[in-house]
Amino acid sequence: MQTLTNRAQPVDRRPMTFWEKMYLPAIAKGMGITLSHIFKKKATVNYPEEKRPFSPVFRGLHVLNRDEEGRERCTACGLCAVACPAEAITMEAAERLPGEEHLYREEKYAARYEINMLRCIFCGFCEEACPKQAIYMTETFAPANYQRKGFIYGKDDLLIPDPKNPITVKK
Amino acid sequence: MAFRGMQSFSTMAEEKKLFKVTIDNIPVEVEPGTTILNAARKIGGDVVPPAMCYYSKLQGSGGKCRTCLVKVSKGSDADPRPMPKLVASCRTTVMDGMEVANITSPEVLDARKGVVEFLLLNHPLDCPVCDQAGECDLQDLSYEHGTEATRYEFKRRTFEKIDIGDHIKLHMTRCILCYRCVFTADQLTNKREHGVLNRGEASEIGTYIKNSLDNDFIGNVIDVCPVGALTDRTARFKNRVWFLKPVDAHRDCDKCCGKTVLWMRGDEVFRVTARKDKYGEVEEFICDTCRFEKKEAKDWVVEGPRKVSRHSVISQGHYVGVHKPHETIREVMSGRDPKLLMNIHSVSEVNQPSVDLSKIDGPAHSTDFPKINGVQ
Ligand code: SF4
Ligand code: SF4
Ligand code: SF4
Ligand code: FES
Repeated sequence: MQTLTNRAQPVDRRPMTFWEKMYLPAIAKGMGITLSHIFKKKATVNYPEEKRPFSPVFRGLHVLNRDEEGRERCTACGLCAVACPAEAITMEAAERLPGEEHLYREEKYAARYEINMLRCIFCGFCEEACPKQAIYMTETFAPANYQRKGFIYGKDDLLIPDPKNPITVKK
Repeated sequence: MAFRGMQSFSTMAEEKKLFKVTIDNIPVEVEPGTTILNAARKIGGDVVPPAMCYYSKLQGSGGKCRTCLVKVSKGSDADPRPMPKLVASCRTTVMDGMEVANITSPEVLDARKGVVEFLLLNHPLDCPVCDQAGECDLQDLSYEHGTEATRYEFKRRTFEKIDIGDHIKLHMTRCILCYRCVFTADQLTNKREHGVLNRGEASEIGTYIKNSLDNDFIGNVIDVCPVGALTDRTARFKNRVWFLKPVDAHRDCDKCCGKTVLWMRGDEVFRVTARKDKYGEVEEFICDTCRFEKKEAKDWVVEGPRKVSRHSVISQGHYVGVHKPHETIREVMSGRDPKLLMNIHSVSEVNQPSVDLSKIDGPAHSTDFPKINGVQ
């Protein structure tokens, strides 16, 4: 067979020598390596007591933003969804009725907006595509869940609370 | 290439000799009376000047927008002097031996950039809201020929949105005053009720005290409008064009040819339009019954997917020629289907099979979506 790289090594299939058949020296050598790690710097942290700092460009869980007047910025333009390589975003748009100007920034808004976090690869393309600065990725994870259905994030999960009219519904 | 809109002079073509024209160093022979634009379309490809107001199916169209400007570097064999200014190619007829420069002339490209800037002066640039986005001639034009930023600092003119009849929405703010819709209403429908009011910067498409236009063919103004000024109210805000699948379909219609494009999602028909050629011009006009009232898949005979240019955003996410892998789980599990871990419709509030957005009359509103945990 043709090798993919020139670094391939043939497998050594010679029978074991007497020294190798004794095993004990090899075990001692292995234990030595294990012992030496006790004195080395740990690669892990004691989460959750100790947390690693996020990089400033970390791409975590999404939020849907509001403007300075507390109105929803998203206008359901669908650019995030068409940019999304994982096809994780879906939405349904509605027209703003007269009298709803304090709720939605544009005449069209996303009445339904969902991100399937099982599909999302946290690439940040949606954030980059958004012309309305509506979707942002925060410095936090999508929390673990026991069931798949907990990963379908709707507007009630994504939209940041309105500072003027906080909603008190408990999930 | 199809070469249309020439009925008027094709009859006298027999006795006339053909004129030889050179456009961007490509020679072509056309009948006398052909415009430079149509001669360029006969060549096809990159040398075709963009056109925002000319429409081969509408008599008298053209000469309004100036995007089709070209440079005539040699007038004709008889009089080889160049034309002093750039000319609108949709309104200038060819002469024998004429030499025209379009993309080979930096002057033309620069002038076109200026024209795009002028067209966008009063344009609201609300593409994220506009239903035309993705199939808008002005978007394509500014993407190809425009600059990234505007230098305009004054207030843009704005108008109230108007419902023209039950089915058409007029966003006058987006209009570029190409007059195509006026010609369509004039030439296609029996009774013209709308036109351009006022002059110059103040001109607007008016319907004489908002007279609703109910003619059998008035819906075609939606298709001829190069921007999102006239849009289909029955499909308003329902879906973006690139999430819909265009399919060719036809039905027996006693008023029109019945050949249309259905914009579908699953089995739902969101929008019906006429078929458009590569210059964005409709192939055959369709009637309002086909356009607005036949919104069920069973009304139509579907011919197959519409060919969409690979460079269009509409072709995004449309997978063609996919090979579905052979399903082995059933075989190894002795005929049992794999257990579905989650049916997305049991969780998701979007695209619920029980709700047909396309059946709502006009755009959806907050009343059509119940609140979930206090937010909508
Ligand atoms: S981060 Fe990437 S994968 Fe996730 S929703 Fe945004 S675009 Fe899609
Ligand atoms: S989040 Fe941004 S890109 Fe996505 S639909 Fe809303 S406005 Fe458009
Ligand atoms: S409404 Fe559309 S078709 Fe009519 S003049 Fe304006 S841009 Fe042209
Ligand atoms: S297409 Fe020629 S002026 Fe508009």
